[in-house]
Amino acid sequence: MTVSGSGPTPGAVEGVPAGSDMFGAAMGGDTSGFGGLVRRRPLDTSTPRPFGGWFDEAVDALEESFAGYGEVVTRVVVDRGELTLHVRPDKVADLCQHLRDDQEHRYELLLGVSGVDFPSDPERFHVVYHLMSMTYRRRLRLETKVSEAHPHVATVTGVYPTADFHERETWDMFGVQFDGHPGLTRILMPDDWPGHPQRKDYPLGGVPVEYKGAQIPPPDQRRSYA
Amino acid sequence: MTTTDDTTADPYSASTRETTEGTVYTVTGGDWDSVLGENDDERIVVNMGPQHPSTHGVLRLVMELEGETVKTARTVIGYLHTGIEKNLEYRNWVQGVTFVTRMDYLSPIFNETAYSLGVEKLLGIEAPPRAQAIRVLCMELNRISSHLVAFATGGLELGALTAMTNAFRERELVLDVLEMITGLRMNHAYVRPGGLAQDLPPGAVEKCRELLKVLPGALGGIDDLLTGNPIWQARTQKIAHLDVQGCLALGVTGPVLRSAGLAWDLRKVEPYCGYEKYEFDVATHTDADCWGRFLVRKQEMYESLKIIEQVLDQLEPGPVMVEDTKIAWPAQLALGSDGMGQSLDHVKKIMGTSMEALIHHFKLVTEGFRVPPGQVYVAVESPRGELGMHVVSDGGTRPYRVHVRDPSFTNLQATAAMCEGGMLSDAIAAVASIDPVMGGVDR
Repeated sequence: MTVSGSGPTPGAVEGVPAGSDMFGAAMGGDTSGFGGLVRRRPLDTSTPRPFGGWFDEAVDALEESFAGYGEVVTRVVVDRGELTLHVRPDKVADLCQHLRDDQEHRYELLLGVSGVDFPSDPERFHVVYHLMSMTYRRRLRLETKVSEAHPHVATVTGVYPTADFHERETWDMFGVQFDGHPGLTRILMPDDWPGHPQRKDYPLGGVPVEYKGAQIPPPDQRRSYA
Repeated sequence: MTTTDDTTADPYSASTRETTEGTVYTVTGGDWDSVLGENDDERIVVNMGPQHPSTHGVLRLVMELEGETVKTARTVIGYLHTGIEKNLEYRNWVQGVTFVTRMDYLSPIFNETAYSLGVEKLLGIEAPPRAQAIRVLCMELNRISSHLVAFATGGLELGALTAMTNAFRERELVLDVLEMITGLRMNHAYVRPGGLAQDLPPGAVEKCRELLKVLPGALGGIDDLLTGNPIWQARTQKIAHLDVQGCLALGVTGPVLRSAGLAWDLRKVEPYCGYEKYEFDVATHTDADCWGRFLVRKQEMYESLKIIEQVLDQLEPGPVMVEDTKIAWPAQLALGSDGMGQSLDHVKKIMGTSMEALIHHFKLVTEGFRVPPGQVYVAVESPRGELGMHVVSDGGTRPYRVHVRDPSFTNLQATAAMCEGGMLSDAIAAVASIDPVMGGVDR
């Protein structure tokens, strides 16, 4: 049986094809001919100005009104009509406070916090916040990233109480710690669960099923076409 | 097997024993007297659920009571966690639909549509107009069936058993139509990235029109049963108050937010799937209580009927899947003697005459299509509020990460704000008015 990995190859450089064969499978899972395509991660670069739409105006306003903008916001990305600000992890709450209260922005609603794991990235855990301004009818995404060794992000529960469950879920699933959260406990997994299931190096399933002496591997280690 | 019973240190600590499966902990019941002070005769902690009929599935409420007054209320969730988001990462983009449809199982079409819109946004494509219209049709049918369950379970929990039987009966009428269109009552997997699994079957439009004739009467029956009912009014009016400020702080959307007076509906605010073409009102109320939420849901069902009628009137023939053969699902379904399955004509064509089509079919079905790297967030107005999908692609044939912002998950945080300080019996009404679906909460 061919076993092929599905995640990015360890040690891959961002923006550079991560897979070892043309289908991105790490261990030769190419079973279906010539696609000639490779997996790519989005590049870690800022979008050049002008961004278009309301984005320029909003980013300008933020730059002007938020003290320490240059230090806190590391990148501005506009992709598929969505604005993403990349933020330093310890300053997320400060920025959220400003975005909520400043009359130029008024992001009244935090819709959620989610995590994304990029194991090849030194700062592998990306924490993503989705904000909505009901006044201006605009959406904004904040993204911050932390390393496995120091997975600490400032909690936004003080600004948006709704972040309570969402941050607990991100802690549960990725092991990102939200400093200052009133009760950062597991929420979906049992309290005594070891590990954080949504990490890319956490297996899916993993209980080997035995059938007449032969073993069926867990789902993520079976033959893969992708 | 060894048992260590360390009773000298703490009489209520969990005992452990080693088994072949690992350490097994046995937690035995403690005595509240040792936790509470001597003078706390009235204060008790009640554990409701996770298997209590009035907690909407496997929700657990831990409530500290003083007499019958709720002092603190905490929700414990996760009993229905099935790892859907994790599983999605191991299947291709089209297969993802069959997972997301099982999350909030009372509004499957919304899950599918939100997910499909996310994938389409990443791909930079848009489904054809007919597919969009049929999505709206199915979503609005689904909204009615979902709200009917909200009344049914809500009624059951407050003792209105007839509301339960009647609402479930009327819901079946809607599910019959959805079954005819999609093949299944629930878990449809009908909306796909790029369009729909298949076009409306012959007779579907007529069946929808028949439903439109029957439903107002059916909804009116439930209306008659509950709206004027003094017990129902007493159990819902001025109960579980949550104003706009509280809703926004807690991220609450949907009927709960609209019952507080804010006409916030994504179908109007940022229309998707062509909602801007249809005329309908956003139901609001100003009481911000269970009663207001009931009236908002009731009004929304009638608005849904209006939308369905307009969709049927404006429906034009056309394709229901994008024409790009690198993305469009190649299979053609047909109704055979043994049920729905692969169209034999299509199989004959690709097997017998077109090798290219066969290769395409094989590649798309086994490997799937590739989605350019990036991330998007799309949201639809589900019956419970904003259903958001954060979809991340690394350029592969499988989702790199899909996070679902389920409205039930977020709205459930309002439980404490709605219950604390009220009566225990009103806590039931509060949870019922949030209408959480645990499949969506725990995913």
